Amino acid sequence: MLTERDLGGTGSPNGPVPLSLPQALTRWAGRQAGSLFLLPAVLLLMLMSIFPLLLSVYLSLVRFQLVPGGFKLIFVGLANYRKLVAGIEREHFLGLLADLTPLIWGMGGAVTAVLLVFVIRGAARMRPAVPRTAGRLVFAVIAGALTWLAIRTLAPGGRPGTVITTILYVFVGIAVQYWLGLILAYLAAQQIPGRRFFRVVYLLPMMITPVGIAYTFRIMADLGKGPFAPLWRAVGLAEVSWAGHAWGARIVVMIGDIWQWTPFMFIVLLAALEAQPQELLEAAMMDGAGRWQTFWKVTWPQILPVTSTVILIRMIEAFKIIDLPNVLTNGGPGTATESLTLHAFIAWRTLDIGGSAAVAYSLLFLVTFMALSYISLVHRRLAGAV
Amino acid sequence: MKRHVRLVLALLGVLVLGSAAGTPAAPGKQFDGVTVNVLTFTGPQIAEPLQRRGPEFTKLTGAKINVVTVPFSDLYQKILTDMVTRTNSFQAFVFAPQWMVDYVTPGYLEDITDRVKGDAALQWNDIAPFFRDFSASYAGRIYTIPLDGDFQMVYYRTDQLARAGLKPPQTWDDYLKVAAALHKKDLNGDGRADFGSCIAKKRNAQSYWMVWSVAGAYLQSKGTSQGSFFDLDTLKPLTNNAAFAEALRIYVDTGKYGPPDELNWDVGDSRSGFVTGRCGLSIDWGDIGTLAIDPKSSKVKNKVGAVILPGSRRVLDRATGGLVACNSTTCPYATGGVNHAPFAAFGGWSGAINKAAPDRVKAAAYAFLSYMSQRKQANVDVTIGITGFNPYRTSQFKGLDNWVKAGMSASAAKNYLGAIEASLNSPNMVLDLRVPQNQRYQQVVLDTAIAKLLAKQITIQQAMKEITDGWEATTNELGRDAQLQAYRSTLGVKR
Repeated sequence: MLTERDLGGTGSPNGPVPLSLPQALTRWAGRQAGSLFLLPAVLLLMLMSIFPLLLSVYLSLVRFQLVPGGFKLIFVGLANYRKLVAGIEREHFLGLLADLTPLIWGMGGAVTAVLLVFVIRGAARMRPAVPRTAGRLVFAVIAGALTWLAIRTLAPGGRPGTVITTILYVFVGIAVQYWLGLILAYLAAQQIPGRRFFRVVYLLPMMITPVGIAYTFRIMADLGKGPFAPLWRAVGLAEVSWAGHAWGARIVVMIGDIWQWTPFMFIVLLAALEAQPQELLEAAMMDGAGRWQTFWKVTWPQILPVTSTVILIRMIEAFKIIDLPNVLTNGGPGTATESLTLHAFIAWRTLDIGGSAAVAYSLLFLVTFMALSYISLVHRRLAGAV
Repeated sequence: MKRHVRLVLALLGVLVLGSAAGTPAAPGKQFDGVTVNVLTFTGPQIAEPLQRRGPEFTKLTGAKINVVTVPFSDLYQKILTDMVTRTNSFQAFVFAPQWMVDYVTPGYLEDITDRVKGDAALQWNDIAPFFRDFSASYAGRIYTIPLDGDFQMVYYRTDQLARAGLKPPQTWDDYLKVAAALHKKDLNGDGRADFGSCIAKKRNAQSYWMVWSVAGAYLQSKGTSQGSFFDLDTLKPLTNNAAFAEALRIYVDTGKYGPPDELNWDVGDSRSGFVTGRCGLSIDWGDIGTLAIDPKSSKVKNKVGAVILPGSRRVLDRATGGLVACNSTTCPYATGGVNHAPFAAFGGWSGAINKAAPDRVKAAAYAFLSYMSQRKQANVDVTIGITGFNPYRTSQFKGLDNWVKAGMSASAAKNYLGAIEASLNSPNMVLDLRVPQNQRYQQVVLDTAIAKLLAKQITIQQAMKEITDGWEATTNELGRDAQLQAYRSTLGVKR
């Protein structure tokens, strides 16, 4: 005789209740139904997402070679990663380190001190202490290494590699996009004439495909023949071109990225601004608060959770930047504007499949680290701010 | 009921008869119902003649030609991916013959030796021997049909040089002198200062060929089989010596007389710059010659001269790594003490067939490529700038009728064809790299280092070290012996 417990049930307090076979099977099937319904989605997810992820780990450990009859993948261990951090690709990937100066030592020391305080405070305050401190320690080591790399490669005599160039695009781009988007959203939320028109205009760059944006921006940024060429000549800069200077080219790529993505910030922040309760604003007004005070004391805290989410989404997306540097400069001059994705793409299209996968995996690690750090250090606090 | 049936039958009869009378039955064509997908790069060059002549070919044979294009930098990988993954969505490809080694080795391309031998209309022997051997053949078998002939040359403004009392550059030092003399002069009468030299220096574009056009004369002096990329015994790169340093200095110095955004110029920009009269000199394949006669865009019609790539009076001594003066021993093919080494960069667009395609489609693809290369079509197409096709058949150098008909003056045509012929007939022609995965040597290592050098991110010494180390690492990765054997065989060296 089958009992409920035999079929994985918890049973009644008075002991197992005997069930007939059909009843037991029906109950068992009912309990499995959830898993069964989920199974196709899980399998699909594994097939579409996890399998390629695992396969690309394998690809990053091999070398692709064409041989009679097709190709073969030769296992080379961590050679593709070694090439990036210690081999011929090191300068390309990590950059050229500037000589150590007292200023660099000072900045490095300051960062180290801040991170040490962060870890020690965590150890003193957080419970459970061991896992949380370990988490903070890992964060401090990686963040410290990245900051040190940024200081050494951005200092005079250094040269940022694709890692730091990508991080620059992300941080500078998001900061400007956010504030610009917020200002525009704030203006568009006011009852001013033409607000509907401007709402549509501000959204236009987001409606165009990224490559279309890149080509449009390439035409606009051509100061030899583009629409701004006469203005450029008129101010006596005909002999100057951003394309020949590393920072000029980087700034142009960042302007293009800002132009493309500010609308995304704008639309989300506009929705957040318009969704805030009017009573609070009216109450602030009644209490005699000015516009500035109302914004900082009432509106800003209200939109903080949305702010945090929108920054997180943009950050994950921004790490994958490729269209603009590829179309505008092909990563040049030199390697000045090359992002990690473009780095991987160039390796891939010349059959260095393993090298390409290693760069892509490094990017995945970087994005995951940044996103997790952001979520635990910033997002949770801001999201719970209201 | 019977009446209704009769009526319907009668109506059907009328319809059938009517349709038969309205459309006379077309005689069955050889390739009716066959579609050939041809993959090449985003034009308009190269894609344009294929797209224009596709419908002509359909009318003749019934085969539909569907031309698909991708950016040049993606073409190599796109072709390979299509075949490696056995997707086989393309039955024919028009690509750079230097990539052939990577497609032939795994057995992805159709061997068309027998088809070519049996194809009288193709007039195979009219194709210049260099293109038959280098662009079409691998290990003694034919895999592609040449559609284009590629040599880099230097273009100059005949009117401006005459006005300045200058001769076309014979050496790279002359090139710099001419560029300096024309720089900041108004070359097209628009009242604005123009540029002495315009070269495609954009990264991930054509810059790595341009720099080798300069370097060839310093690195190779004893004939084509000497090679210009590696030492023939060890496969050590020839990129860390006084000769290559001098070539890099020249290449960097051309930037003093170029447009301010030259580092972001590809050949589209340099060609456009030259034919609109903004540049005094340029390095390019045969394209500027024909683009300059296009009345729609050119402001320099019959004001353009072409000359074999300038040379050097000093060349590399491979034993010491130093520069030595040219004499009968060091430069046996020198002209007036100047060692010229015309660079057959890229080799010329060529068409190949996917081995995995069905037999009838392969036959149609072959017929189309043959049609494109046959004299009647090819000898017209090479005179049209937009095609991107440059002369590669002997008949294209004989008789100026097609060229004059296309709008070139007889003297300009003679000058243009003379420069190509001089390159083609040079015993010291520099062959492009054709070892397996040559893209990694040129498009990644060389191109990146040159881009960094031009952007002043690294010095000449650092660039040479970076190229040498990068090439050595690539060779070690791919196997030195196999790469050395492949390098020797492309140069026709047997040891």
